[in-house]
Amino acid sequence: MLLEVNDLTVRFPGASRPAVEGAAFSLERGEILGLVGESGSGKSVTALCLGGLLLPGAKVSGSIRLEGRELLQCTEKELRALRGRETALVFQEPMASFNPVLPVGKQVEEALRVHTRLSSRERRERALAAMSAAELPEPETLYRRYPHELSGGQLQRAMLAAAVISEPKLLLSDEITTALDATVQVQILDLLARLARERNMAVLFISHDLRLVRKLCPRALVMKDGRIVEEGPVEDLFRAPREDYTRRLIAAIPTRERR
Amino acid sequence: MKSLLKKCAALIITLFLVSALAFLAFSLIPADPATSLLGSEATPEAKAALRAELGLDRPLLVRYWEWLTGFLRGDLGNSYLYRMGVGEMLAGKLTVTALLTAESFLFTLLLALPLGILAGSVKNPWLDAACTVLDQAAMSVPPFFLGILACYVLGYGLRLFVPGAYVSPEEDLWGCLGYLVFPALSIAIPRAAMAVKLLRSSILTELGRDYVRTARSRGASERDILLRQVLRNAILPVITFLAVSLAEIMTMSILIEQVFSIPGVGRLLLSSISNRDYPVVLAIVTLLSAWIVAVNFLADLLTRLADPRVRLG
Amino acid sequence: MGKRTNLFLLLGGGLTALMVGLALLGTFWTPYSPTAMGAGEKFAPPSLAHLLGTDNFGRDVFSRVLQGMGASLLIAACVVAIGCLAGTLVGCLCGYFGGPADYLLTRLCDAVTAFPSVLLALVIVSLAGRGTAQIVVALGILFIPSFARLVRGETARHRQANYIQSARLMGVSHGRILTAHILPNLWGVLGPGVVIGFNNAVLSEASMSFLGLGVQPPFPSLGSMLSDSQTYLQRAPWYALSAGMAIALLILGFSLLAEGLQRRRRA
Repeated sequence: MLLEVNDLTVRFPGASRPAVEGAAFSLERGEILGLVGESGSGKSVTALCLGGLLLPGAKVSGSIRLEGRELLQCTEKELRALRGRETALVFQEPMASFNPVLPVGKQVEEALRVHTRLSSRERRERALAAMSAAELPEPETLYRRYPHELSGGQLQRAMLAAAVISEPKLLLSDEITTALDATVQVQILDLLARLARERNMAVLFISHDLRLVRKLCPRALVMKDGRIVEEGPVEDLFRAPREDYTRRLIAAIPTRERR
Repeated sequence: MKSLLKKCAALIITLFLVSALAFLAFSLIPADPATSLLGSEATPEAKAALRAELGLDRPLLVRYWEWLTGFLRGDLGNSYLYRMGVGEMLAGKLTVTALLTAESFLFTLLLALPLGILAGSVKNPWLDAACTVLDQAAMSVPPFFLGILACYVLGYGLRLFVPGAYVSPEEDLWGCLGYLVFPALSIAIPRAAMAVKLLRSSILTELGRDYVRTARSRGASERDILLRQVLRNAILPVITFLAVSLAEIMTMSILIEQVFSIPGVGRLLLSSISNRDYPVVLAIVTLLSAWIVAVNFLADLLTRLADPRVRLG
Repeated sequence: MGKRTNLFLLLGGGLTALMVGLALLGTFWTPYSPTAMGAGEKFAPPSLAHLLGTDNFGRDVFSRVLQGMGASLLIAACVVAIGCLAGTLVGCLCGYFGGPADYLLTRLCDAVTAFPSVLLALVIVSLAGRGTAQIVVALGILFIPSFARLVRGETARHRQANYIQSARLMGVSHGRILTAHILPNLWGVLGPGVVIGFNNAVLSEASMSFLGLGVQPPFPSLGSMLSDSQTYLQRAPWYALSAGMAIALLILGFSLLAEGLQRRRRA
């Protein structure tokens, strides 16, 4: 088992209820797990916790075990060594996620700069390889470009390249296609599936869109108000949703795609 | 490139307008230079003769054209009072004021950048508030008072320097720069305090951006994030501020020259204003204006170089 | 955050109130006549009789500082009043009506603000002569652009608002919209603007008086006192210190108050 989450509870000071309450699930090596829910249901907070990012002021309890190691017991220094090497995060807004004044290539190789002692030439070669793997055209040119010169789809590809460059075991993908056009969404999804398969990398695929989860993930969790309300193979969720909430999520999909 | 050419054209037009305005203003002043030079008892004939000698009897446009072309060739006009070229009078003084400006600017940079970064990385809210109040206090002390304080405490008290014992740069360049340390600091401290305030708030804004979260998710340390990622963005408004500061610093040196008895452009300007020696005032004001316009152009250029988003625009 | 906002408002407001209070006191009552020579010995150090000592003519420094602060604040108030009233008028009309006049005036304001105000004031004084009235008019004119810019931006923002548009459709006149709808919305930006204006006006007036181009003797002004005191810096440091600290504390009060107001506005 790669990841085991037990009774994960996250409470922000001043909030009436916990952002995440008693979440429990596990993830195998190379598995792609969907996490569905409306905005504000606690999906992103879960992703940040699993990625080892401290939430300022939040009280986190329970257990997150990555390869048997308890993340909630780690010091910030240990977490930092983990982030970007064992886990990688990709977020919703590709343009905002890039630093506007640094070239794209430098940001793709950031994890290598932080975690390895590779020379800048070696890092550059790895970055170019990762960018090719992410199906970016002319990586040498894009390496030198600045974020505002790339399209949203290209930026999200570069983000994926940056995420997989240090061969992490777990990729946390938080609504990565939400800000993109429909056709680009499908391409990014295909790319994500291929990268995960080739590298035997586990993915927690977070989305509010059940269609995308169904396309990508064999198994999924449904989250509502910080609690995991349903879990199981995606097709079962579609065919026989036990929870009213899941039914409503399905109903939100346009009819002709529902079947 | 095209927009840069446009900017250059705008720069030249602005300089032209400023020079015309300055010339017009100093030509239309109510007081008659001949009267003020010869005194009110002088005969009308003597006044007319003096006016002819100073070239004041010819049409305004002709005089402007001659002055402008002369100015561009390096002939800055002639002093009414000393009957010598303004260029000659300015030569040594310009060096001193330029040195003082350069040294003040250097100190501003050296103080503002590290302290601004420090202020931007303070996490404790009470310490942050204390820093802000202290910074605000440093901003509020007028440079000329700071200079007087330096003379009293550091000069007369601790004997670190002798107030008034100015050394000219031709004599001893390092000695001159040494004497200018405290004048320069008096100008630099309030300026740097303003830059610190700007840099601090700019850093705090940038720290809240998404790319910082991305960098954290890759395991970069807070120090690394601040220096390698955030600062590159946070510095952009500060670059503009600092470049434009060069204009303010030059003006402040007029005041500071008074405090430390430095024979620079400022003292000449003030004595010329007292003596109603308008050609000198006009020349200095025009030079300072050209400096200010050029500095604003420089600020624009630097921002373009530092920010890839506007570099090509 | 809430606590810190109060801190700046409290410190700034308290300091400003104290300084303004002392200045008001100084216009009605001073321990000695500020211009009476020989009120005490020459260069008497601070004592109970002369809180801040005496100057080269034996005048009481405390009395002179009190009246100097009053003069500084009065001049600053006049300068800010000219700048604020004219600036608001220009800014409102430009922001509301737009067009080529707006473009030209905005450019002019940008150009004027690019020049340090002390330099421009020096030019005006060298043309118009020195004196209190000249300084007030010169600085007042120079303060117009910053207020005009502030008000123009705010007015242009409100002009687009739905309620203004609908008022227009209902046939409300331009004048009525400006006075009844736009003007009340400007207080938010004008508040901190006026305080910053006071801050800059006190500094500019002190600078000009320090150069001998502002308030003329024997009328006490903090800037000219500081300039005089330089000669006697070694014999009577309290003279320079009192005048300088008075300027610095006035400015600090205003700048803390402005910071507090801006933080409250942002919060």
